[in-house]
Amino acid sequence: MSTATDTHGPAVAEHDASGHVHHSPHLAHHFDSPEQQFMSAKLGMWVFLGTEILMFGGLFCAYSVYRRSHPLVFEFAADEYLSTPLGALNTIILISSSLTMAWGVRCAQLTQKAGLIVCLILTLMGACGFMVVKTIEYTRKWDEHVFVGEMFEKNPNRYIITGTTVPPKAPTSSPLPATLTPPPNVADGNAGTSDVAIIRPITAGPAGISPDYLVPPAPVAEERSPTYEQLSAADKKEVSTFFSIYFLMTGLHGIHVLVGMGLITWILIRATKNEFSSEYFTPVDLVGLYWHLVDLIWIFLFPLLYLIH
Amino acid sequence: MSSSSISTAAPPAQIYLSPPEDNYLTHDKGIKSWIFTLDHKRIGIMYMMAILSFFFVGGMFAMLLRTELLWPTAWMIHDAYGKVDTESTLTFYNNMFTLHGAVMVFLFIIPAIPAILGNLILPLMLGAKDVAFPRLNLMSLWVYWIGASFFLYVLLGGVLSSGFGIHLPGGMGLDTGWTFYAPYSTTKSLAGVVPATFGAFVVGFSSILTGVNFVTTLHILRPKGMTWFRMPLFLWALYATSIIQILATPVLAITLLLVIAERVLRVGIFDPAIGGDPILYQHFFWFYSHPAVYIMILPGMGVISEVISVFSRKHIFGYNFIAFSSIAIALLGFLVWGHHMFVSGQSALTDSIFSLLTFSVAIPSAVKVFNWIATLYNGSIRFKTPMLYALGFILLFTIGGLTGLFLGALSMDVPLHDTYFVVAHFHYVMMGSMLFAFLAGMYYWFPKIFGKMYSEKVGRIAALMVFTGFNLAFFPQFIAGTKGMPRRWATYPEKYVVYHRTSTCGAYLMGLGLLTVAGNWAHALRRGPKAPPNPWGANTLEWHCSSPPPYYNFKKTPVADDPYNLGAWEYESPTEGWIPRHTAPDPSNATTADRTRPVTH
Repeated sequence: MSTATDTHGPAVAEHDASGHVHHSPHLAHHFDSPEQQFMSAKLGMWVFLGTEILMFGGLFCAYSVYRRSHPLVFEFAADEYLSTPLGALNTIILISSSLTMAWGVRCAQLTQKAGLIVCLILTLMGACGFMVVKTIEYTRKWDEHVFVGEMFEKNPNRYIITGTTVPPKAPTSSPLPATLTPPPNVADGNAGTSDVAIIRPITAGPAGISPDYLVPPAPVAEERSPTYEQLSAADKKEVSTFFSIYFLMTGLHGIHVLVGMGLITWILIRATKNEFSSEYFTPVDLVGLYWHLVDLIWIFLFPLLYLIH
Repeated sequence: MSSSSISTAAPPAQIYLSPPEDNYLTHDKGIKSWIFTLDHKRIGIMYMMAILSFFFVGGMFAMLLRTELLWPTAWMIHDAYGKVDTESTLTFYNNMFTLHGAVMVFLFIIPAIPAILGNLILPLMLGAKDVAFPRLNLMSLWVYWIGASFFLYVLLGGVLSSGFGIHLPGGMGLDTGWTFYAPYSTTKSLAGVVPATFGAFVVGFSSILTGVNFVTTLHILRPKGMTWFRMPLFLWALYATSIIQILATPVLAITLLLVIAERVLRVGIFDPAIGGDPILYQHFFWFYSHPAVYIMILPGMGVISEVISVFSRKHIFGYNFIAFSSIAIALLGFLVWGHHMFVSGQSALTDSIFSLLTFSVAIPSAVKVFNWIATLYNGSIRFKTPMLYALGFILLFTIGGLTGLFLGALSMDVPLHDTYFVVAHFHYVMMGSMLFAFLAGMYYWFPKIFGKMYSEKVGRIAALMVFTGFNLAFFPQFIAGTKGMPRRWATYPEKYVVYHRTSTCGAYLMGLGLLTVAGNWAHALRRGPKAPPNPWGANTLEWHCSSPPPYYNFKKTPVADDPYNLGAWEYESPTEGWIPRHTAPDPSNATTADRTRPVTH
């Protein structure tokens, strides 16, 4: 991102020791040629995108671990709470915006100012559309009392998207006695209970990467995704973990979309000032790369979260 | 021998001098010319001031810890009635070792060599005018400061809450250990976990930005004649380090974000009470933090490769092997994180695989050590201060590395886990090796950076003090560890008194030695004689320009040749520096000529 801003250092010509005059006003003093400068900006951006993938990689890793240990939870929650049509709509929007972005980069390379501006505006509209759909989805979750953290269990009488009603949870299905749930005030979390009491026995707890990792999960009897009642007590506890992962992954992605919107606005403003041409289009190219990465991550998120039933 | 053939084939060294009045230190004046500078050298100097300050802070914590351990009881803090307040002392001790670890790791060891010496020297070594992205470089410095200020906030919070009963929001010291293990860090700890983890998260970005910058610079800005395999080994080491910074740090970033999310939003990823898996935290954490160990040590190894060659007046032995071993360490370092978790409940199969992979890291490490020793062999060794630290490095790194193999062996790790043996091991690697390499590098490049010479005599005395103090401090800890002394205990049985007291005495001696180092540098800055452009007779490009370097490093991009072609320089008595050799060395006997030249200084 910021790599793009390195291109016009102060006092470019003033300190140029070799004495020759630069042809491009964008050439920084420490580069020999605009090509070299462009190559390094591009390489830096690719490396930075690599770090982005690794950052998301941590969340994908957490996703894999919990999906492996609680497959039924993921099928249940994804099927019952995530709207595939909305996810698909967002996928289409984002892929289209990637197309307009790539088109915009091409326009910049060909010094087509009008085309570049139109493409950037379309891309920005795509990004806004994505965020609007995302907001609709998040609002629905909020209305259903599904949010990040422990809230899922506390609101069993939830709104059901699919229209089927689920009878209220029987009191016996509560997996843990109320006393074992840590109180919300973490400061006093250890007041009444011992550590041993809070950490549940390993059979009740998550498998994770622990010795019982190798125990295969119970086979699914039917083809349909399980209902809440069909989940085991341990699985019911994990539903909130699914939503935590869902919100963290889509939330971090959403933050990246917002950053992308800021960057697109920035190059849009610069484009209207006629700053880009076939001689110099590095920022457009780099923002384009970033936007494709945001798109790419969503292309992984969509099937992993929405299409797993 | 290949080295002699290279040195005779290479053209004579060229030196690019500029008027000494106009250098990067005097080029611009005023505080703004520093804060907003894009010059890599000034950024390096500002990093130096920041990082050395945090080294001092971390060192003070270490002194307090060692002082507390002088007596086996929790004696340090007394309540209002003059009685020993055990509870407060224990909390104090927990805070001290956590902040010592966190400050040293995140704010000193990881950035020290890449951010200070890397920034100062890397572009000079390339003959480049700057790093590829100067603004990103400046940003990484200020990002570092933002992250560090979160640590300072935690620190201040701890002092205020324990000393004055004032509680800052979210910041009352830190008692989790630098590893922030869940679920303690996400539930029970009262301390400033959120600001501290956020600080580490932010500092991580500084590390990533530096890595991106260096990788790009090394790919794009190498000068004519510097192929990948003519790059000085310090640059190879920085390249390998940058790769780790780029690949591992984002994982730490997301891990720390998850810790914050778990603490603030009660997300159940790590805490078993809300459906999480604490082992998963350890996997995430060590996936970064083991490679981070190589972020700490690899640039140090690069410094040593330069220093050993120059002060033996010999071409580095086994250049390709040293270069490749850096890359091998960087890659293998990603596959061994599980050895921190042998007793935490991962499967026996996983344990065995990680143990095997851990042993494999010893191979590239040993390749380096043997190549350095082979470089020393038959060299005309000059025991200058940087060389003393470099030799100390080889010895201490060998001890630290070999004891690492003890801990990598499954059966040995079970009894030694979480004892002082581990403490001694990683201090030998991090402090004995990395700190020694850092000091070697600082002394080696000091004349270039500041254009002043330091007192060689004081430098040597300080080096001996640090070396003696270090071994006195940490060798007894190996013994205490094998006898069962657990780490992180503020009180201990009587039988360990002798080890702890010896260790504390050593720590004081080392602290004194380091203060002497600081005094040595301060004196040199104020009154040191002017340094010649090339005081050591090294052939890497940074010695081809004036000391201190001009603002734009090189007026004309120099052409690089073999960086270890030391025969291209000869000693000039009046300036006490080295100048390009005018008479061609006898081609049949170049290395012998180097070796037998009388050492007159």
